[in-house]
Amino acid sequence: MLEALQYDFMRNALTAGVLASVACGIVGVYVVVKRIVFISGGIAHASFGGIGLGYFLGINPVLGALFFAVASALGMGLVSRRTRLPEDTAIGVFWVVGMALGILFVGLTPGYAPGLFTYLFGNILTVPGADLIIMLFLNVIIIVVVLSLYKEFLAISFDEEFSTVVGIPTERLYLLLLCLVALTVVVLIRVVGVILVIALLTIPAAAAKQFTYNLGKMMFLSVLFGIISVLCGLCLSYELDLASGATIVLFSVVLFLISFGFKRLCNRKHGLSLPPQ
Amino acid sequence: MKVASEELVSLRDVWVHYDNVAILEGINLSIEQGDFLGIIGPNGGGKTTLLKVILGLVQPSRGEVTVLGGAPEQNRKFIGYVAQHILFDHDFPISVWDVVLMGRNGKLGLIKRPSDDDKRLALKALEIVEMLDYKSRQIGRLSGGEQQRVFIARALVAEPKMLLLDEPTTGVDTHMQAEFYELLARLKHKMPIVLISHDISAVSIHVDKIACLNHQLYYHGSKEIGPEILEATYKCPVQMIAHGVPHRVLKEH
Repeated sequence: MLEALQYDFMRNALTAGVLASVACGIVGVYVVVKRIVFISGGIAHASFGGIGLGYFLGINPVLGALFFAVASALGMGLVSRRTRLPEDTAIGVFWVVGMALGILFVGLTPGYAPGLFTYLFGNILTVPGADLIIMLFLNVIIIVVVLSLYKEFLAISFDEEFSTVVGIPTERLYLLLLCLVALTVVVLIRVVGVILVIALLTIPAAAAKQFTYNLGKMMFLSVLFGIISVLCGLCLSYELDLASGATIVLFSVVLFLISFGFKRLCNRKHGLSLPPQ
Repeated sequence: MKVASEELVSLRDVWVHYDNVAILEGINLSIEQGDFLGIIGPNGGGKTTLLKVILGLVQPSRGEVTVLGGAPEQNRKFIGYVAQHILFDHDFPISVWDVVLMGRNGKLGLIKRPSDDDKRLALKALEIVEMLDYKSRQIGRLSGGEQQRVFIARALVAEPKMLLLDEPTTGVDTHMQAEFYELLARLKHKMPIVLISHDISAVSIHVDKIACLNHQLYYHGSKEIGPEILEATYKCPVQMIAHGVPHRVLKEH
């Protein structure tokens, strides 16, 4: 495996893996604690519409995905807040409209669509250098926003109603958080594909949650678990010639099961089962 | 001679409809400095809606709501709000300290980190509710009553002009309820307190004024409410409650 590091594509893959882990580790924490897993899945799948549009217009599909991801994030956020439509219905609609538009656009594009499979299922081994720049740029935005608005995001994740009453702009902050999810989705598309993006947005964070009650530490651990999953998944897929995206995701699930099992064992030792009533 | 009390909150002919159904009908209410008001009434009678109208979280379909001389949306940050809190995620990664500091978010504004002054106020709030020893504990690891006290501290830390509590004793055992009302008794000298509860007996002992709400406000004034008022509010014959209660609470009949 180490001899593979001499290859460009391998070094790109590792960089992409680390960049993806940082984004999903940080944003994934909010997805898990604020319970916005479903809406995040909606953003991920809706972004496929942008990939199709990218093919159709002859631009980098990743940029199309970025546009669709942010638009659907804002759309779903606003529809559920401003109309009487229940949130899951709104999510369901955006989810499928995005996917369907993507399929339509790909069909309308003359010729065949190179790399379509990669956008759907990921292939960390084919990430081009240009995409790494985009990923790095998006990561910087995510880190700057989360660091500046740390206390605000914590407040709206814990208690939106109270936050509104004390006077912070809750709705706008929620929409901003959804936009961060959209940015993370785009960072993750090449690594695990649209279909499995939601996995890296939730599983490393869920595993980290087993070990700490501090949001900051949870982010740090979540990034670490993401990196471990990516590196080990990448190794395994390289050695055994397996689909890299899927291997990474399954590895993260194994890490999660170990974490969850470990936490339950600890609880049992301390005589804790259910929380105090 | 009656000295004019400063009016903090006023509701004039407030109606709230949801889907053409009237939840609140023609509410007239005035909350003044020195008030310790209990609002009682059956579930579904609009108690929480009344609270949300005061906080500007719900718009009235008719009538006027004034908070501290202005619109609720502008001045609600001066109200210390303690919701009927049910912790959904017992493992939410937040400590008591962080929950209380959250109350300073409005004063701090965006991006700014809490200063030493904010931290001093948080320590003071925790001291008032007697939860200082628990400040590093994760919020889910506390009992219902302890959590409630933390949320009161969170409301107090912003140095509010009044307190608004929604069903504050839900999930709190009777022993802790007595302590809770003692805490309120200490606070009422600093600011008006409005308390919403369906628990008539507990509320009626401790508060100074009672209002009965069942879509309409049936009574607002001192604590001497007779059975007719209670029956109108609860729409069913109410048994007179007497459990070591001072005579002035309920008129003899």
